[in-house]
Amino acid sequence: MKIDRVALTSARRRSVNVLMLGSTALCAALTVAALAFVLGYLVYQGGSSLNLAFFTRLPTPVGEPGGGMANALLGSAKLLLLAALVGVPLGFMAGLYIAEFASPGPAFALRYATDLLNGVPSIVIGIVAYTLVVLPMHHFSTIAGGVALAIMMVPVTVRGTEEFLRAVPPSLREASLALGATRWITIARVVVPAASRGILTAVMLGLARVAGETAPLLFTALNNRFWSHGWTEPTASLPVMIFTYAIAPYDDWHRQAWAAALVLLALVLTANVAARVMVRRPAVSPG
Amino acid sequence: MPAGGWRARLRNGDEVAHLMALLFGLTLALLTTLVAFELVVNSSLARHRFGWSFLTGQTWDPVADQYGAAPFIYGTVVTSAIALIVAVPLGIGAALFLAELAPRRISDALTLVIELLAAVPSVVYGLIGVAVLVPLMRQYVQPALQRVAGSIPVFTGPAYGVGYLTAGLVLAIMIVPFIVSVVREVLLAVPREQREAALALGSTRWESTARVVLPYARLGVFGAVFLALGRALGETMAVTMVIGNRPEISASLFAPGYSMAAVIANEFTEATGNLYLHALVEIGLVLFLLTMIVNAFARILIVVTTRRGTAA
Repeated sequence: MKIDRVALTSARRRSVNVLMLGSTALCAALTVAALAFVLGYLVYQGGSSLNLAFFTRLPTPVGEPGGGMANALLGSAKLLLLAALVGVPLGFMAGLYIAEFASPGPAFALRYATDLLNGVPSIVIGIVAYTLVVLPMHHFSTIAGGVALAIMMVPVTVRGTEEFLRAVPPSLREASLALGATRWITIARVVVPAASRGILTAVMLGLARVAGETAPLLFTALNNRFWSHGWTEPTASLPVMIFTYAIAPYDDWHRQAWAAALVLLALVLTANVAARVMVRRPAVSPG
Repeated sequence: MPAGGWRARLRNGDEVAHLMALLFGLTLALLTTLVAFELVVNSSLARHRFGWSFLTGQTWDPVADQYGAAPFIYGTVVTSAIALIVAVPLGIGAALFLAELAPRRISDALTLVIELLAAVPSVVYGLIGVAVLVPLMRQYVQPALQRVAGSIPVFTGPAYGVGYLTAGLVLAIMIVPFIVSVVREVLLAVPREQREAALALGSTRWESTARVVLPYARLGVFGAVFLALGRALGETMAVTMVIGNRPEISASLFAPGYSMAAVIANEFTEATGNLYLHALVEIGLVLFLLTMIVNAFARILIVVTTRRGTAA
């Protein structure tokens, strides 16, 4: 009798074991299926709407079929260029300071500032770029959008720089110093080159992330149905175009939105996969 | 220090490099401060006019210049809560599978796939939400929920498709990758001996996971949840596209609502009066403070667990 009860509990425990482990597998499968669905649906919807005109033509007025998003592609490229030119050097030098020069107190404070900046919702970054650039200039511009994206690039670059500089083995540093190199020669010629691939990867991941940002551009770069000349005019961008076209009630525009989303996702995922092939490192670092 | 000392130091390459890097470090600190400063300064009109009642006021009427943020705060909180209710069990389950069950290579491959999910831009989720989820909710899910649980007030009212529930579900899909990724890291940091001891005492794989590994890692798991919450609170585009954009508080989850980020996204370019603009910036300030607190929590919890995990 007693043995039966033991057998019974162990059978129950075993079935609970199988059931629960099975459901964790189900959770993983569901999550992976979500990506498969997103990709599959985008390829299905976007693929049929994507053509050469999408890359070469301007948007057409409502009701007129055809047209493309050439201006949005160029606009996104210009915005990303600004973000990289402003945000990356600033982030790189700050990261260098934290990793190589700062004493523990300031390093902690700056790391905290970086995390804080990284956690600020992108729409709030948009507000700040608006008050800093749009208000003084009195109009929306490519520069304003670029500043918003640049602010978002800073914490990503700081973190990547610091992380990969710290990962350089001390022996390299010591060898250089032992050969009589000064500290900054060691940093510039030995430590930074050794970490450069990792830092580039982090920057690439950061650019891929801000390339898809819509919220900070809504009231900085705004949008534009035509080519944007120079840097002081409002400009179209791929994500804002997707948003505008997706919420409009026209089927033509919806098809364009799908095509744009497919192009954007292809760019973002390619950058992510390439970055991961270059350096094996988790995309979502804790915090 | 005498002036000659400074000049001598500036001829030294090490000192110059240090100084340069320090300047950029200070710029970083300044930039973060500037973000907070701009939000505070540019919301001053609204703060002085409405005081704390800004947070509790339910009227949002730009024509009458009357602004209360309660409907938006409510929308943000409700959608984030729905997202957590769905995403936390799903994410922890998936992370358990990846960290405890799956062979390392399969685990790494699946983790890569799930992390790619985190890289999908928000606006793309919004597009799929509008095109797929909203009709699905309107035609099938909401009527079905109403039939089964229609007596509960949260599942009443007409099925619009857009609304709190739909926005919460889109958010859930968006934050799952963060939960999976961080929880997996935290679980992998749990020492092997913990598992082996539990298994040696005769527990099943699940018992060792549920009674030993998870409790050991619980602070880190909470950290992951807070991190995901920080994301959900500030998420803009996808929510804006599916929440319905109506500034009212409704008990029903089927009803269209509004969120803090969404109202900023929709109305910022229309804000003609200064008070209107300042009210929107103040919503941004509230959002900033909220995410700051949540992220700080997340950070502390994750640092505490991963340190303890690797030290043990």
